Amino acid sequence: MSNESKKIILDPLIDNNPIGLQVLGICSALAVTTNLGTALVMSLALTSVCACSNLSISMIRNHVPGAIRIIVQMTIIASLVIVVDQVLKAYVYDLSKQLSVFVGLIITNCIVMGRAEAFAMKNPPGVSFLDGIGNGLGYSVVLIFVGVFRELFGSGKLFGIEILTTVNEGGWYVPNGLMLLPPSAFFIIGLMIWGIRAMRPAQVEAPDFKIKEVNGTETI
Amino acid sequence: MPNENQEKKASSLNFLALSNDSTAKTFIMATLVCLVCAVFVSVSAVALKPLQILNKELDKKKNILQVAGLYQDGDDIEAAFSKIEIKLIDLETGEYTTELDAATYDEIKAAKDPTLNVQIPKEKDLGSIRMRPKLMPVYQVKDGDKVTQLILPINGYGLWSTLYGFLAVENDGQTIVGLSYYQHAETPGLGGEVDNPKWKSLWSGKKIYGPDGNVAIDVVKGSVAPGAKGGEFQVDGLAGATLTSRGVGNMLKYWMGAEGYQQYLNKIQANGV
Repeated sequence: MSNESKKIILDPLIDNNPIGLQVLGICSALAVTTNLGTALVMSLALTSVCACSNLSISMIRNHVPGAIRIIVQMTIIASLVIVVDQVLKAYVYDLSKQLSVFVGLIITNCIVMGRAEAFAMKNPPGVSFLDGIGNGLGYSVVLIFVGVFRELFGSGKLFGIEILTTVNEGGWYVPNGLMLLPPSAFFIIGLMIWGIRAMRPAQVEAPDFKIKEVNGTETI
Repeated sequence: MPNENQEKKASSLNFLALSNDSTAKTFIMATLVCLVCAVFVSVSAVALKPLQILNKELDKKKNILQVAGLYQDGDDIEAAFSKIEIKLIDLETGEYTTELDAATYDEIKAAKDPTLNVQIPKEKDLGSIRMRPKLMPVYQVKDGDKVTQLILPINGYGLWSTLYGFLAVENDGQTIVGLSYYQHAETPGLGGEVDNPKWKSLWSGKKIYGPDGNVAIDVVKGSVAPGAKGGEFQVDGLAGATLTSRGVGNMLKYWMGAEGYQQYLNKIQANGV
């Protein structure tokens, strides 16, 4: 693999993570991370949608009229999402039942739309496809990271397998109910972004405004 | 920026040569994209439909078998399900009916069909479901010719969602074998604990009707002390899920009551199955 394509795939994992740096696609990251199984299936679904939409949009990019380009992108993304949803319902029925409406909501996930508009409209199909996979993986990394914390501390399990025996099952671990509610994903993602930006200060944004210092004699 | 690729195609396909911003091209592109996407979506939907229907049926059968305690992971669902016979009953009279085909009857659809449902008066609507079908299926578990268990579909509102499930009752029409929900959207870890095997096991052996013949089964706050008076009619509530627990209790009171299966179960108690 050439250096350039390696960079396109690996860059969105940490350096340019769609959730970590661009803070896109948070909604589903809150909703489907209560256990690792759903987080993983959701990651796969989003990655495949993102890669295929990037590929097909990039193939017709030179013929998409500017006036309707967003609608064209949405139509393609929506079709792909419907197909993914149908496939999940046909082959992994139990998981698709747990994901319920969230697969459908990939349509509105800003990551897919964002990559289509920012990358696929300007680049050839090959690299666009890789970019879709890279960003899908970037999203997946965060989902799995959050999912591990939430499932382990919320229900004492990983992939449904008992790790910490909970009190309900006669063990010692009192599960943290907050972990199972959506706000906990906010806290975990917040802490994660803090951690990444502490490691890579280049990601820290300049403040939008500064609080004006006022000394005793000056009027505002 | 027209590249080579575009120019090559333009010779064969005339419209591609049009300016991207022309009205004609806008219309042609919009139509083409819609057509291609529509074909793609419909082909996959039609092709996968049989598998999906099969999955749905299997899922329901699996739940029926689970509540009756006849299913372990990996069992052949169809083979295990051959022990079960489906019959339709008229809730008002409690009699069996052959008006409709029991095998294809869908009680959830029937509840929404004005020709097949009944509006529930507000004061009687304990499960907050507003409508119920006139006919309900009963799944009879057979051991040879003898019916050993009756599995009754129930539904009702919890905190966030309508819970759909099954109650398995022994052939005396009085003793509960198990309760299980196959569809709900309660908070995972709180109300979602209705799926917890440990909680579900508490239902086994409880009685539905009190000595006066009224529905006595209920979900209570806290836990039921062993040997407590009336303990055979009470099940522990779920911690942190007061409203879901209340919903479960109310739904049982409704479905086991006069609006629900009471006529039918009374007949079973008097005459056997």
